[in-house]
Amino acid sequence: MNKPLKQHLIDPEICIRCYTCEMTCPVQAIEHDDNNVVVDASKCNFCMDCIPVCPTGSIDEWRVVEEPYSLDDQYSWTELPEQADIASADTSIEAMDDAMAALLAEAHAGAGGKAKPPATASKPTVNMYNLGKPAEATVQGNYRLTDEGGEADVRHIILDFGSLPFPVLEGQSIGIIPPGTDAEGKPHLPRLYSVSSPRDGERPGFNNVSLTVKREDKGLCSNYVCDLGKGDRVRVTGPFGATFLMPGDPDARLLMICTGTGSAPMRAFTMRRQRTVGGKSGGMTMFFGARTPESLPYFGPLKKVPDALLKKHLVYSRQPGQPKEYVQDRMVAEQEAVAELLGDPNTYIYICGLRGMEEGVEKTLTNIAESIGQQWTALRDTMRDEGRYHVETY
Amino acid sequence: MLDLINVSYDTQIPNNVGLSQDKKVLKALEKWHPGYINWWNHLIPQNFQESMVYLRTAVSVDPKGWAKFDYVKMPEYRWGVLLAPQVEDRRIPMGEHKGELAWQEVPGEYRNMLKRLIVIQGDTEPGSVEQQKFLGLTAPSLYDMRNLFQVNVEEGRHLWAMVYLLQKYFGRDGREEADDLLRRSSGSDEAPRMLGAFNEETPDWLSFFMFTYFTDRDGKMQLESLAQSGFDPLSRTCRFMLTEEAHHMFVGETGVGRVVQRTCEAMNEAGITDPYAIGKIRDLGVIDLPTIQKKLNLHYTLSLDLFGQEISTNAANAFNSGIKGRYMESRIEDDHQLKDATYDVKTVKDGKIVTEAAPALTAINMRLRDDYVRDAAGGVGRWNKIIEKAGVNFELTLPHEGFHRQIGVFSTVAVDPAGNIISSEDWEKRRGEWLPTKADGDFIQSLMKPCYEPGKYASWIAPPKVGIDNKPGDFEYVRLHMA
Repeated sequence: MNKPLKQHLIDPEICIRCYTCEMTCPVQAIEHDDNNVVVDASKCNFCMDCIPVCPTGSIDEWRVVEEPYSLDDQYSWTELPEQADIASADTSIEAMDDAMAALLAEAHAGAGGKAKPPATASKPTVNMYNLGKPAEATVQGNYRLTDEGGEADVRHIILDFGSLPFPVLEGQSIGIIPPGTDAEGKPHLPRLYSVSSPRDGERPGFNNVSLTVKREDKGLCSNYVCDLGKGDRVRVTGPFGATFLMPGDPDARLLMICTGTGSAPMRAFTMRRQRTVGGKSGGMTMFFGARTPESLPYFGPLKKVPDALLKKHLVYSRQPGQPKEYVQDRMVAEQEAVAELLGDPNTYIYICGLRGMEEGVEKTLTNIAESIGQQWTALRDTMRDEGRYHVETY
Repeated sequence: MLDLINVSYDTQIPNNVGLSQDKKVLKALEKWHPGYINWWNHLIPQNFQESMVYLRTAVSVDPKGWAKFDYVKMPEYRWGVLLAPQVEDRRIPMGEHKGELAWQEVPGEYRNMLKRLIVIQGDTEPGSVEQQKFLGLTAPSLYDMRNLFQVNVEEGRHLWAMVYLLQKYFGRDGREEADDLLRRSSGSDEAPRMLGAFNEETPDWLSFFMFTYFTDRDGKMQLESLAQSGFDPLSRTCRFMLTEEAHHMFVGETGVGRVVQRTCEAMNEAGITDPYAIGKIRDLGVIDLPTIQKKLNLHYTLSLDLFGQEISTNAANAFNSGIKGRYMESRIEDDHQLKDATYDVKTVKDGKIVTEAAPALTAINMRLRDDYVRDAAGGVGRWNKIIEKAGVNFELTLPHEGFHRQIGVFSTVAVDPAGNIISSEDWEKRRGEWLPTKADGDFIQSLMKPCYEPGKYASWIAPPKVGIDNKPGDFEYVRLHMA
């Protein structure tokens, strides 16, 4: 074993020994003695069949380990061991399969260290469906968000899971498996898309999610997704992601900085707040950049969100007759408000969009932090450790 | 094509048995349905019927579909007929037909025996809902209220499961039996439920937790045995019911555990070390451990009676004919026919409790009861861990199986909790030390005040360690309808 491993474990303090998981496991990885119910790390294939059948919530426990706990170790426990400090290992589990975990690790790298979820975030479900056993969703709609004929083609896609459970939180991603095979004849790996709808569905109470997808030139999966028509069937994996999540605390203040389709999770956060606490919350501030209003996804609906819920700064870099303006430029212009947010221990920052935006935003945050006598990297590390600083770029 | 995994809503009754193509049974069930809804509506107080409850509904019988959580009004809960997927080429696992293909239709010679087993099982399901109908009024939290209602709707679904078998496979008799399941009523003088334990009151929440821990565990053992049945539809029904029954075990075990925990915490906060300082402990608004032991004694022994006579030819016949197996039959290593096997059975001889070897075939009930006792002991051990962790010097124990019995060999003698046979006079004199007295009941009743604020719990019970469906501590599990 030359790299850390994610091990599935059962919390002996919460388990009631009903053995339902053991009966359900399709690969006989779960067994018990008179004391405990345990999982054999050499057999468990992360199929997650045992997770929903557990009546207690003791089953959804994971530890990153250098060397898996043996069955004898597990039989002897009266409580679960703490997560050991493993150098450089990502110990909050964003995905079970390594390919997806690597993609997310790369997307979150801009946070400058190991990301943590907000303390009051809901517990996410991860990896319920995988490449071997994907979920099948039906396309309910595919709407162009940007002007016809404009250069950017960004789509709002609604996927319906029917009666299939697919619990997803705002900020999580799902994988879409493009049909066909690669040059070596192997099936394509799923591509990750952040959901842009809140947890109770694009339409409240419906088992559907929405995605915000930009058509990329020669992009295998983005073209597949952007061309989908109503009624088409799509193979989906996930959900993935366990850190880029919103705080459950309604008083938390959210500072959201995004470009293009990076607005997807921000839309989900906003709708979640809108449906639960509305204006009676700590508030949200958004810096959202695009080339023109016509290429800014959700321009119309965004305009209608009241300021009490969401302060919007929509910023354009290719507006004819106007100087180029990027999100960081507007942040400078609004630096007093941003500084006030940075100084508040109840502020959560989310940055999402193209990787290129990171540098400018970091620089601006550094300057604004200095203006209130804080060193940005130190502040950032503190915020990140407290689950208050999140970056997802691609 | 018939979809046997996902639940079909094309009839009024969600099902995965192709009801829409089975007109005769569909008609019978639709005729039974209004009576059922009527029974439910008259049972639970109206403001709870109107409340939105965060319930788990099975949307399919594969693992991913067992637990879809959402708010629903109880009368609109999707009760339905759900059978575990059919195993291809399944063989009868025990008895004289061992190895033959499992029956998809009722074998004529066993028709009455099968019907009786299904009716008895079916009778317990509505019985427990009737016993628990007023508990919502005194729920110690919205979390507990939600758990109560989840148990209730699933018992309701288990009734549906048994009624389906009766309607589908037993013709006119089956329909009459199905109607009788709604006619009998817990505690009724004219038409009581069939088994004693289901006519006892569930007057308070500690009783409810003890009931779900001890009495529903009998249900689990019975379902496990029926899941082995050579009659395949019964086996598949019971296999799926077991996944729901596990939730009831959870409510019982964690419920009693949380009561024990709160008592220990309160004792520690007040600096009380003597668990028998009952008056002082009760003044703290918690239930003292000796009273919890008495409740345990009561519910455990009532539940032991549900296993019937230790030596039983009925049980032997059911096993031999392949109708009902043993607990985890497939994991037992023997001939599964019990040709010459013996089993140790406790009995009373010359005023002494002795162990005798009996033909294993006739000792099926005894064996199941032994399995039950082992299973029930596990949770008691975990409650004791809570007490030990709190540093309180007390141990909960299961009383001797001869104590306080109305059925079986011990019903003729007076046995104390330690297992000594004593005179009936002595036993009666000491009854109040072992079983809850009226005063104990009155004290517990005095604590039964509702606590309906999200995230808050009554004085006598600790909050749970984890929420249902990973929900945070202050989640509003029931949105109460305030009329």
